[in-house]
Amino acid sequence: MSVILKTDKLRVEFTSREFRQATKTALVGLDLEVNAGEVFGFLGPNGAGKTTTMNVLLGFIPPTSGTAYLFGIDVRQPIARQRIGYLPELTYYYKFLTADELLRFYAKIFGLSRADTDKRIPELLKLVELEHAAKRPIKSYSKGMQQRVGLAQALINNPDLLVLDEPTSGLDPLGRMKVREIIQRLKNEGKTVFFSSHELGEVETVCDRVAIVHQGELKAVGSVAAISAGHANLEQAFLKIVGAQSQPLP
Amino acid sequence: MNKIIAVAGVVIKELYRRKDFYVLFVLTALLTVAAGSVNFFHDEKIVRYVKDICLLLIWVSALVIAIVTTARQIPAEREARTIFPLLAKPVSRAQVVAGKFLGCWLATGVALVVFYFFFAIITGSHEHIWPWLMYLQAAWLQWCMLAIVIGLVLLGSIYFAAPSSTSTISFIVIVGILGIGSHLKVVALQQPEPMQFILTVIYFVMPHLEWFDLRDFVVYDQTLVSWAALTLATGYAAVWTGVFLLLAWFGFSRKNLTT
Repeated sequence: MSVILKTDKLRVEFTSREFRQATKTALVGLDLEVNAGEVFGFLGPNGAGKTTTMNVLLGFIPPTSGTAYLFGIDVRQPIARQRIGYLPELTYYYKFLTADELLRFYAKIFGLSRADTDKRIPELLKLVELEHAAKRPIKSYSKGMQQRVGLAQALINNPDLLVLDEPTSGLDPLGRMKVREIIQRLKNEGKTVFFSSHELGEVETVCDRVAIVHQGELKAVGSVAAISAGHANLEQAFLKIVGAQSQPLP
Repeated sequence: MNKIIAVAGVVIKELYRRKDFYVLFVLTALLTVAAGSVNFFHDEKIVRYVKDICLLLIWVSALVIAIVTTARQIPAEREARTIFPLLAKPVSRAQVVAGKFLGCWLATGVALVVFYFFFAIITGSHEHIWPWLMYLQAAWLQWCMLAIVIGLVLLGSIYFAAPSSTSTISFIVIVGILGIGSHLKVVALQQPEPMQFILTVIYFVMPHLEWFDLRDFVVYDQTLVSWAALTLATGYAAVWTGVFLLLAWFGFSRKNLTT
């Protein structure tokens, strides 16, 4: 099985005025491998290093040491992102563009031909149920619609790896179901999905393997069944691994 | 190149959907038409004065459009976080900087063409002379000067997060260069050391935006600038723009962008 995403002793330190010139270590030698065709859940409490890992993988920040690869290419090279789709946690799109214009813009960035773009955009708009609003500016969309545009732009290049940052955060149950359906569909098509989430029930449902990070370190990695073994469910296993204990209410 | 053009396309789309750009654009065009139309007592001096005012208006408006538009490009992308889905695509930061530059430069180019077209039509209809080549040279050199300005503002926008501070500082620097650039060497010679040395160094290392100003040539119907001088000025602008864009790319590529 080929490795699509790999980090090798990834370390990220931040030195900033916010920390009064002190160094804050966000990742401590993270080793991670995601195989082709699997749905991989990336879990951890807030501040564990999930977002930092994603930021490194997407080239937003350079690692202090160590390396990260997508499809065997160093993430610092833009070409490493040619076969990935990225859905951010919140909707960060040009609100003055219509969904059609936004998708055309990203298609150009990926170097899609006009014929491919003309074929792909209606397919995606149908998938995310936005055909009726394709010519309206994104600023007139509801939150759920904006999230669906996000999903469409993440799929514009028919990616082999989809990176989702808390994809169901802030969505209503219908929206969550839709995202789960799409993840399942991509899995059936043999695509790889790497996503972070706090929704452990959801992770249990869709993931083949999960990794749990805490304080910048990889604490556990394996199949959902293997991680949950000996616990009532994944949530209990997660709480045990990150060392959280529930306190009885007074 | 397609990626740079795509980024530039979004810059232009945003501009023509923004109301403030339209207001300034239409206002300048109207004022140029209005001022150019008056012909007080057929007095040549007054007509020239009005032409001078029209050209000054075109210069100020083009500068404001260039500075304000460019200053908000990268900070606005960072603030609205639209930079993240963009950089998660196979596009380099150099291409983003180049695309932003191209979009702003093309937009100011379109504005200049419209402004000069109005100016030419109005003054031509009164004076019955059509010095198209002179207008072309004036507009071209102004556009070259705006390339330097856009490069400079883009560089500033990497380091000053707020568009307002970038706009203000850039405006002061650019107006300063335009105002005292040509006199700085003379002023330097009248100063004691080490001020003389400092001012002389500043004179030689700063971009001389005032060299691109052909307003007096247009107003006083002077002869065309030699094409060799025009080519040299274009090269000069290309070098300065390249330097600013390289520095902007260098700064932007070192920026940590965290979601």
